[in-house]
Amino acid sequence: MKTDIILAGVGGQGILSIATILGAAALKEELFLKQAETHGMSQRGGAVVSHLRISDKEIASDLIPKGSADIILSVEPMEALRYLPFLSRKGYIVTNTTPFINVPNYPKVEEILEEIEKQPHFVAIDADKMAGEIGNKRASNMVMLGAAAPFVNIAPEKIEAGIKAVFSKKGEEVVNLNITAFRAGLEFALANK
Amino acid sequence: MLVGDYSNFVSKVLITMNQNLYLGVEAIGQAAIDGGISGVYAYPGTPSTEITEYIQDSRQAAEKGIRSKWSANEKTAYEAALGMSYAGKRAMVCMKHVGLNVAADAFMNSAITGINGGLIITVADDPSMHSSQNEQDSRFYGKFAMIPVLEPSNQQEAYDMVHEGFVLSEELGVPVMVRITTRLAHSRAGVFRKEEAPANPLKMPVNPTQFVLLPAIARQRYKSLLEKQDAFEKKALESEHNFLKTRNEKSLGIIACGIAYNYLKENYQNDDCPYTVMKLSQYPIPATLIHEMEKHCEEVLVLEEGYPLVEEYVKGIFKKHIKVHGRLNGALPRDGELNADLVAKALGHEIEEGAAVPSIVVNRPPALCQGCGHQDMYRALNQVMDAYSKGRVFSDIGCYTLGALPPYESIYSCVDMGASVTMAKGAADAGLVPALAVIGDSTFTHSGITGLLDAVNDNSNVVIVISDNESVSMTGGQESSAKGKIESICEGVGVDPKHIRVMVPMKKYHDLMVQTFEEEIAYEGVSVLIFRRECIQAAARRLRTEKKMNLNPKA
Repeated sequence: MKTDIILAGVGGQGILSIATILGAAALKEELFLKQAETHGMSQRGGAVVSHLRISDKEIASDLIPKGSADIILSVEPMEALRYLPFLSRKGYIVTNTTPFINVPNYPKVEEILEEIEKQPHFVAIDADKMAGEIGNKRASNMVMLGAAAPFVNIAPEKIEAGIKAVFSKKGEEVVNLNITAFRAGLEFALANK
Repeated sequence: MLVGDYSNFVSKVLITMNQNLYLGVEAIGQAAIDGGISGVYAYPGTPSTEITEYIQDSRQAAEKGIRSKWSANEKTAYEAALGMSYAGKRAMVCMKHVGLNVAADAFMNSAITGINGGLIITVADDPSMHSSQNEQDSRFYGKFAMIPVLEPSNQQEAYDMVHEGFVLSEELGVPVMVRITTRLAHSRAGVFRKEEAPANPLKMPVNPTQFVLLPAIARQRYKSLLEKQDAFEKKALESEHNFLKTRNEKSLGIIACGIAYNYLKENYQNDDCPYTVMKLSQYPIPATLIHEMEKHCEEVLVLEEGYPLVEEYVKGIFKKHIKVHGRLNGALPRDGELNADLVAKALGHEIEEGAAVPSIVVNRPPALCQGCGHQDMYRALNQVMDAYSKGRVFSDIGCYTLGALPPYESIYSCVDMGASVTMAKGAADAGLVPALAVIGDSTFTHSGITGLLDAVNDNSNVVIVISDNESVSMTGGQESSAKGKIESICEGVGVDPKHIRVMVPMKKYHDLMVQTFEEEIAYEGVSVLIFRRECIQAAARRLRTEKKMNLNPKA
């Protein structure tokens, strides 16, 4: 059993919070984990990616080989496309549809969504909107985590336990908001995968 | 959540399991603490920064009284670590690969003086230049200085090698280099800790002339370093981190160095590699192991992250004719970072790549943050420099280097720390007037002061812009050695105080900045223009902390 996840986004979007929770959940399950991050120059508004590998066997490479990722989990639609060569033919793209536009030549959002829809397996979700409706746009990463949950080999309750553990210091309200966001994403993915 | 919070949280979770989820750099920081250091010395540089940050943030390190403040540059860091070793204590000095160029004088000579307390130099190389000017391979420095080099393949080995490295250094009497690369530095995995070693007592070197490299003594010391080489190689041969796994298939043998060993393993998930494999993680290269390997293969593939150091070495050492494949013969690319896919290709395995990247995907180059003071400085600079031909502004290494990219395109050089000042001076000496330099506060105190002194002594006609955001921002906002000292440093070096001008880079002061630039360009001599405004990221962090403090003053 292994789940190889490419986490994609733009520097500053906080993709590591997603990795944090999945990592905590994986470790509680006594699974092996490797997670390669982007630090340094790209954090200034550049494309950032994290390779998250979870397995019941020891993991060799810190990087996911091409054509073998089970999920591309992207908090930004164009970034979801950047790592397609890593995605397995059976793998899922799970992406936020709200663009992060910080370059003048950013393509038309419709064209990006068209490209995503060309892929065999995808979940495209307006996580910012959904999080906003729930109560706080900042929970959009938890919507995204929820949307990816059906494709991760860890039970959603265990991931929720990870969310609770990670946010517990910030109070019950924050925990509940993030759990609600997670569940909303999960429901959406189950209905739209 | 911050990266640091994550580690704290996860280490709490894992204490019960005795396993810790560490970035490679964190594993090294923790190993140094557990290995009994009394101090860590460093200047920030990706991908090495978080080693020192980890120690700075560690409660355990604070309780032990481990000294961990940032140094002005890698050379001062190295020398201070050597001084701590002189006094009998264990020390670690950390830097990125190009930082070792700055520290090279101290580094090379410390191999000859040898050490007293255990000394580890951790160097983080950056193949593929994710955040660097080059991808030089520090193993060559290790070979050049003739000291042992440890190259861990994973986070656990990084921890173990640093922990053991202090003992090795003390046993062999020389500094030991730990060489990692970006991927290991910034990837997490579970790590088991070892027992904590106590700090060394203060203890003077037995031989009072050990550190006096006068020619007569240096010649003796150098001979003794040469004599130790066999012992270093023996250690590498006996190391559990180097081994040979022999197999019956003789058509190929594989030497996998450091992290490249993981990429090889990735291609043989069930440990079913049919070829003899040599894992190499401790140098000097043990010749005995190479000759043993020679018996089991007709050709050799060398997998190494960085330059073809081992590949070049083995070519000349085999007793029989063996074809060597690697970065030199094109089996692997000559440059850039390795990965499992490149190794698969070198092994002749088929890879089934995913779909191609659609052509509409555009690059997203890093950019200055919205509201950053460097932007306001560049806008004023550009308006002034429009009157002259292009190519007159030299620059340096930091966030402001992004001023080379659109929409600013203000600067025309980024070579090494401090080079903006001296290159502007040289160009001005050649007759390129006006010539300007743009340098950050921390880069200025790292390596810009001596260049400014040269300019003053020569009365060179230059305008030095110090874009001061009061922190080392590109690497994540570390404390700047320059804070609160820049004007007095410039005055002390001899810049006429009338030509040290301080401004706040904000839109509303645009005209004032333009006017000041024009006045100082007109002045024939050394001018220093200081643009001072807190880094926007640092300001955001400060406000968050202040808010937290207001909510809960006791925390």
